[in-house]
Amino acid sequence: MTAVAICGGRLVDPAAGVDGLKDVLLIDGRVAEIAGTGKLKGKNGAEILDATGMVVAPGLIDIHVHLREPGQAYKETIATGTAAAAAGGFSSVAAMPNTTPVNDSSEVTRWMQAPERGAQVRVFPIAAATRGSKGEAISDYAALKSAGAVAVTDDGRPILKDGMMREALAAAARVGLTVIQHAEDTRMTQGASMNLGPVSFKLGLRGMPTEAETSIVERDIRLVAELREAHPHLHVAHISTAAALAAVRQARRNGLRVTCEVTPHHFLLTDEHVGLYNTHAKMNPPLRSAADRDAMIEGILDGVVDAIATDHAPHAMHEKEVEFELAPNGIIGLETALGLSLRWLHREWRMPLGRVLSLLSAQPAALLGLKGRGTLTVGSYADVVVFDPKVEWTYRATESQSKAKNTPFDGWQMQGKVRWTLSEGRIAYAQA
Amino acid sequence: MNPAAPAIRRALTTPPAPASSFPYNPGSLLSVLDLTVDGVSRLLVRATELDHEDPIVRDRILAKRRIALLFYESSTRTRTSFELASKALGADTTLVSNLSSSIEKGESLKDTGLTLRALGAEAIILRHNSSGAAWLLEEVTRLPIVNAGDGMHEHPTQALLDLRTILTHLRPGVSGVKPGTLAGVTVMIVGDILHSRVARSNMLLLPRVGARVLLCGPKELLPEQAARSSPGIEIERDFEAALKQSQAVMMLRIQAERLAGLQLDLEEYKASYQLTGQRLAALAPEAVVLHPGPIIRGMEITAGVADGVQSAILEQVTNGLAIRMAVMERALTAENGGRA
Repeated sequence: MTAVAICGGRLVDPAAGVDGLKDVLLIDGRVAEIAGTGKLKGKNGAEILDATGMVVAPGLIDIHVHLREPGQAYKETIATGTAAAAAGGFSSVAAMPNTTPVNDSSEVTRWMQAPERGAQVRVFPIAAATRGSKGEAISDYAALKSAGAVAVTDDGRPILKDGMMREALAAAARVGLTVIQHAEDTRMTQGASMNLGPVSFKLGLRGMPTEAETSIVERDIRLVAELREAHPHLHVAHISTAAALAAVRQARRNGLRVTCEVTPHHFLLTDEHVGLYNTHAKMNPPLRSAADRDAMIEGILDGVVDAIATDHAPHAMHEKEVEFELAPNGIIGLETALGLSLRWLHREWRMPLGRVLSLLSAQPAALLGLKGRGTLTVGSYADVVVFDPKVEWTYRATESQSKAKNTPFDGWQMQGKVRWTLSEGRIAYAQA
Repeated sequence: MNPAAPAIRRALTTPPAPASSFPYNPGSLLSVLDLTVDGVSRLLVRATELDHEDPIVRDRILAKRRIALLFYESSTRTRTSFELASKALGADTTLVSNLSSSIEKGESLKDTGLTLRALGAEAIILRHNSSGAAWLLEEVTRLPIVNAGDGMHEHPTQALLDLRTILTHLRPGVSGVKPGTLAGVTVMIVGDILHSRVARSNMLLLPRVGARVLLCGPKELLPEQAARSSPGIEIERDFEAALKQSQAVMMLRIQAERLAGLQLDLEEYKASYQLTGQRLAALAPEAVVLHPGPIIRGMEITAGVADGVQSAILEQVTNGLAIRMAVMERALTAENGGRA
């Protein structure tokens, strides 16, 4: 029996409606007891973690990460990516299928979850929606689900054909999987490397119009409405435009199961942050105008956004040290999501702590149907983050646990320092 | 969950965009924005001085200094002009082109730059097909980098030589500039603005010395965003209406190599925007005609206008030599932060 008692902290568990001084006892990977400070009955023999002055919350869940294995271990491995996750307070991550080979099979799905990968936290594979993510034939959703896949997507290679997307939504609904769409009409974004607008004109870069995102979101919502009887679940990955968010809002009003996530960079940064060709500000979807960024903040504050996800996208240093147009898209984000969310959403924009944490744990768990996670009630998984909410610190990319250092947040002020991250009762990260 | 849109938008503080640390080297000329109006003025004055300098004295200014020309795109005017300007000051130059170097084997811009520096290059003149390449090269080498055209972005020495040409015609006898030197002057830029680095550099430079810049062209080649990209810029899509207001007319080539699938009806384009002798005589008989080259005779400009009395196209080429002498002298002798 392994037992850990987290004592003296403030338990914030939004899904359970708890916010107060509580001690938490974890036994054999599950939450065994919750009691007022100093009142745990079964803590004899347990390892004691002193959480005085700290927040104890359900371990964070990032539903959008790229761990790069199999096939691109020079960028990141499951071991290093999950070490970064643990350092950032995440006890679960959902891994995208754009690996080499593409994860469109139960073999790769199982391989990613095997103990030999050395994962520090729980990895939930998201499988390819179509074979090879080529957009031509649906993959075997039933087999993928039984191998552990929690959703399907062709992230980065959006499903453009109406018929194929309809088939994916219908097939996924039959087995109870979510279809995640990276909404981008790639026919409108050929050769473009940032948001289309006055900034792209000034920099002489070809731009991606917001319509490229909006039109796919609107098309997908139309398909969900047509398939209403089958109850498909569409999740819009890293939404970035005001118009697409408005479409999601309307779809929800119409009773459709459409959800969305926003990344910290899309609620904090604009295309002005590209500066003079900073490749650490190059990602897809691109950083948008201030109006779009403001819409993301509003969507988070008013509740239409369901989750904060990082789109953690590690790349080797040499891949980003090239001409802006040649650089690959993406930034790392696992170690900055909590610090930025607390610094800006909570402190600056006055979002209650419980709601911020809900966007990082309870809601993503519900979204992907991760049972027993995202909450700390007796019997649920012992996935816990303990952080000091008062500590302000400066993030240094060089100190990242990730193999990659590609981030626009190097040197940024963060709020809230992770002290421990526990994954199913095991200490996955302890602050040095 | 509250799907209702918020009634009142809150005023929120958001993270500011970061300040730029470019240029790292005071000798660099990456953008016309690296120069103050005073800095522009000094370069113009110095260009005139160097132009008139005794070649033997001039030859000692950068004697045996090493300058590399790194060209990822073909070029006649710019390359020759930079090379002759550098040599006129006594510098040793070497040309590296993407078609006859290890760039063909996949060597990166960073490694190419570091290699040139290790070989003793003290400054690099870069022409590159990708916007922003000069900034990357400066960041990794920290050498004085002179941007000789980066993608669709900027071509600062072209804007400087255009300014020199405009001054010669519209402000004869004036060699330096002040913020109001070109007050009352309208310069129109016509054609493929979207893909033009020459247009962007001129749009950033000319309003700062008082000129009004009027952009003219069809929507496909001149998006509305152009007018919002910097102050002092207006759009007039009617070519003849724009011509009537302009004292300098800068024609641009349609950049077929950058159209990226854009379909243009060239006959329609010519009917609307070609600078013909008839239009020029009727609407702008006093205006000076400029073109950064290469010109496509019979396309954006007729042969008659290109060779006509109002044309300053070859003067621009000659002015390029003087400007580039001044720019290369600054590159290798600049001190105290170059912005001054």
